[in-house]
Amino acid sequence: MPRVTFPHVGESYRAFKMLMEDLGNEVIVPPRPSRRTLDLGVRHAPEFACFPVKILLGTYLETCPQGVELIVTTGGVGPCRAGHYAQLHKKILRSLGYAVDVVVLEPPRLYPLDFLHSVRRLNPHRLSFRAIYECVRRAWRKLQALDNLEKLTHKIRPRELRAGETTRVYRRVLEWVDRAYTMREIVEAERAAAEELQKVPQDPAREVFKVGIVGEVYVLLEPASNLEIEEALGHMGVEVERSIFLTGWTRDNTWAETHEVLTVKDAALPYLPELLGGHGRDSVGNTVIFAKRGFHGVIQLAPFTCIPEIVARTILTRVSRDFGIPVLTFFLDEQTGKAGMITRLEAFVDLMRRRKGP
Amino acid sequence: MAKAYLGIDVGSVSTNLAVLNEAGEVLAGLYLRTRGRPIEAIQDGLREIAGLLPPGVAIAGVGTTGSGRYLAGAMVGADVVKNEITAHAVAACMMVPGVQTVLEIGGQDSKIIILRNGVVVDFAMNTVCAAGTGSFLDQQAARLNIPIEHFGELALKSTNPVRIAGRCTVFAESDMIHKQQMGHPLPDIIRGLCEALVRNYLNNVGKGKEILPPVVFQGGVAANVGIKAAFEHYLGMPVVVPEHHKIMGAIGAAQLAAEEVARTGRTNFKGFAVAELEYRTRSFLCDGCPNSCEIAEMYEDGRVIGRWGARCPRWDVV
Repeated sequence: MPRVTFPHVGESYRAFKMLMEDLGNEVIVPPRPSRRTLDLGVRHAPEFACFPVKILLGTYLETCPQGVELIVTTGGVGPCRAGHYAQLHKKILRSLGYAVDVVVLEPPRLYPLDFLHSVRRLNPHRLSFRAIYECVRRAWRKLQALDNLEKLTHKIRPRELRAGETTRVYRRVLEWVDRAYTMREIVEAERAAAEELQKVPQDPAREVFKVGIVGEVYVLLEPASNLEIEEALGHMGVEVERSIFLTGWTRDNTWAETHEVLTVKDAALPYLPELLGGHGRDSVGNTVIFAKRGFHGVIQLAPFTCIPEIVARTILTRVSRDFGIPVLTFFLDEQTGKAGMITRLEAFVDLMRRRKGP
Repeated sequence: MAKAYLGIDVGSVSTNLAVLNEAGEVLAGLYLRTRGRPIEAIQDGLREIAGLLPPGVAIAGVGTTGSGRYLAGAMVGADVVKNEITAHAVAACMMVPGVQTVLEIGGQDSKIIILRNGVVVDFAMNTVCAAGTGSFLDQQAARLNIPIEHFGELALKSTNPVRIAGRCTVFAESDMIHKQQMGHPLPDIIRGLCEALVRNYLNNVGKGKEILPPVVFQGGVAANVGIKAAFEHYLGMPVVVPEHHKIMGAIGAAQLAAEEVARTGRTNFKGFAVAELEYRTRSFLCDGCPNSCEIAEMYEDGRVIGRWGARCPRWDVV
């Protein structure tokens, strides 16, 4: 069985692991990125490459010594360096003596043949397309369950009576979803996990602020890369809503774009008629949508040196003024300290409180 | 006994204390160097300010701010522990009613706060670069052997400032040295430096912010008349430096403590006696997960009163 690994993106590894094993691969589970991961990545990545490339490289350097033969990752859409990172990672890993290959899943809508070829490489069991479809459907359902539970923690954490209780319960119930295998088990595990989370004692009268999170996909989805900003905000009484979840992002880039009130593209149109790569346009559009939905503030997360987000940040100044919504930007890299982040977040919460008035 | 409120601002370079009366007037203020030993600085400050207070004054509340706010808060029993952005905004509103813009440059950070109708509506703080903060000016003054107090005055003597690269302090220094070797007079170089720092500040921290008057300039660097003049030059409007510009954070913290005590009706202040207690800190690496957080612990007379640095609640003091 080929030994396969993939990037660590929040809790999604639980679903990918199941899928890869179903297709007949041995999965080396990527560890949650830690300082060790970062040290490894920073040592071997180009200094001015963006933060995700360093964390991903560090993750691979933690798993490769365990005999990884194949790395599965996704490609990029539009002009953003991240689209080339798979090739760069492969070169660096090979130069370090790891005989690995990289399979890049590009959006099937744009590259259908390439996609099918990639799927074939990840299917040593030679399952039929129908069987693969069933496996993907189950993995997809698990991914949805994981996203739904995470969203629930964002609502409960700012209202919890005992600090840290939500996180503790969340860590426990994730294992229930992890163990679920059949479609019925997954649905049942999600239901039980959600019920357990709802049991966390909450204060319904607490003043809670709503903050939208926008920015680059990886630093949004991997809490270890953003110093667990959502958890920190939750402890300050802020309910966050993240603009990107893995299920939503995958859907937008595979079969259909999300239409809520209006698409992110349309919302961004008056400010930015062009795709500028990465998630720059999404950051602008989502800020407009959050403002229209009456959020108290927006936080933009971006890897240091990320061009699309730098452009978006400049535009967000105007969006902020036009809609009267405060926007706070964090550029993240291995130098970012948690203390500085907490200071700014505390001030941001004070700002929202004083703006709102007594 | 007349009630008074104590504010303590423990920053990277300076530790400041202020005592306000109930009307919000400054009864006593102190500006000390932290010298990398915040506990000592706080204890020295407490001892000294206790002696400066007029008789018949009792501390009815205490607030802490600055990067050492949690440490100071645990030491003195703070009623409120506030970030320095909010504290500075509160103080600026007290000293200059109607203020719409606060420029603050401290030892290692610089911030801009935008207020409208007495409410903070936007702020920014330097992130990846500390060029142009007090530490760098200190360093340059020392290199040129000019007392920091006279640094700004020298800039005002210049009629023909030279252009200095202000993006990075190391390159700024190289550029200054280059200009010196070319034979430019010192006042022109210092004024050039002040202008470079202000340009850097406005292009980074102040980027995209709507700077409207009244503009207040505070923090340790506000003592530098050269920087103040450069701000006025680039903004094209007068810049107010309040009398107590060096201790504005402490004043804000004291005011926030007064508001907090008015709400709770009691104070947690342990009294000036904490200046004589024995405080000890130690740190260790947590082995709970690969994050290996560096945990710092603080002991008061042998008892743990605070822990910092963890990314999870494992080491929270109950």
